[in-house]
Amino acid sequence: MHELSIAINVVSELELIVQKEKAIKVVSFTLRIGKLSGIVPEALDFALESAVKDTVCEGSTWSIETEEAIGKCSVCFHEFPMQEIYSPCPACGAFNPDIVAGQGLKIVSVEIEEQNRI
Amino acid sequence: MCETCGCGEPGKDGIKIVRPEDIEHEHAHEHGLAHDHETIVHVHPHTHGHGHVHTHEHSHRDDHHHHDVHEHEEQHVRIKEVQVELDIMQRNNLMAERNRGFFEARNILAFNLVSSPGSGKTTLLEKTIAILKEKAPVCVIEGDQQTVNDAMRIRATGVPVVQINTGNGCHLDADMVRKAVAELNPAMHSVLFIENVGNLVCPALFDLGEAHRVVIVSVTEGEDKPMKYPNMFQTSGLCIIHKTDLLPYLDFDMEKFRAYALRVNNKLEFLEISSRTGAGLDAWIAWIEKHRK
Repeated sequence: MHELSIAINVVSELELIVQKEKAIKVVSFTLRIGKLSGIVPEALDFALESAVKDTVCEGSTWSIETEEAIGKCSVCFHEFPMQEIYSPCPACGAFNPDIVAGQGLKIVSVEIEEQNRI
Repeated sequence: MCETCGCGEPGKDGIKIVRPEDIEHEHAHEHGLAHDHETIVHVHPHTHGHGHVHTHEHSHRDDHHHHDVHEHEEQHVRIKEVQVELDIMQRNNLMAERNRGFFEARNILAFNLVSSPGSGKTTLLEKTIAILKEKAPVCVIEGDQQTVNDAMRIRATGVPVVQINTGNGCHLDADMVRKAVAELNPAMHSVLFIENVGNLVCPALFDLGEAHRVVIVSVTEGEDKPMKYPNMFQTSGLCIIHKTDLLPYLDFDMEKFRAYALRVNNKLEFLEISSRTGAGLDAWIAWIEKHRK
């Protein structure tokens, strides 16, 4: 359910960008969602369909990339890909690695439509 | 129909911030505070509008509400790509930091209480307030999708309380808390409990500006909760294991639960409490006192 809040946040941020750039609307945008962020990309995709309605993002397309999760073991400093927050270090078996990537929620890029007079 | 008091207000989904005392004045009000259905979430049933990318479009007629756009005979549309790398949570996080600054300036100790529904948060709060209010000013922000039931229960303890009804929302966010705090006007040096919406998933992502996030789990829930909902346990500082009076009737394995929780967050502290018998409440009050300045 909180994907809808995230989707609304995305649209608000995009609206600000459109305003700042004095553009007309959003054509497309790319999000990058961390694997351990707690956001389900499919649910976010679904929520965005509602959130873009009646905004400058209406009619736009989007893609959602996944940010892979990387843990750094706090005991042996081994870096490894994480599947879950509780993934143990494959080298020494310790839990609680520092999560160095995989919890981000980002708007990576936006394509906006500008209008120019000739 | 308005869910709160049953009046004829259209049933729009939205956020409401309600003082329980305003509800009690039945319908003497003129749809003031309790009925400002401030909708922040617009959901429309719709057909899906993908695949609508125009790379070039001439004499574009804009019938949306963009005030800067005028119709011109000769117009060219350009597409520009902007690299932003923008944190989607930044606005909430900024607002949370503002709340945090306000709390620090007024020396308010704020707790964000999170749990699944039915863990006994409100009962724990009632028992906590009964003891704590003798030692410090206490106030409460209650978060629920609907009803002011919890706020009514807290109000009976005699401390100031404001209810946030999130409508369709599954969590509190920093801006809702900001509005509720403005309504509550908590005293200097007070302890503020923010009882989040009962949900172990969504509230994990939303910093409210609290000093401490406290996750409450009842022993009826099973030892593997921390593995099932790791984000919540990862972001909490204290875990209250609640309803411990029921342990003799259950197969709850305390050691296993703690081990699972520590796998997710090895800095997590634990307190075992039964609000029913009062066991463990002293340690909890001491924990709160330890963090007061």
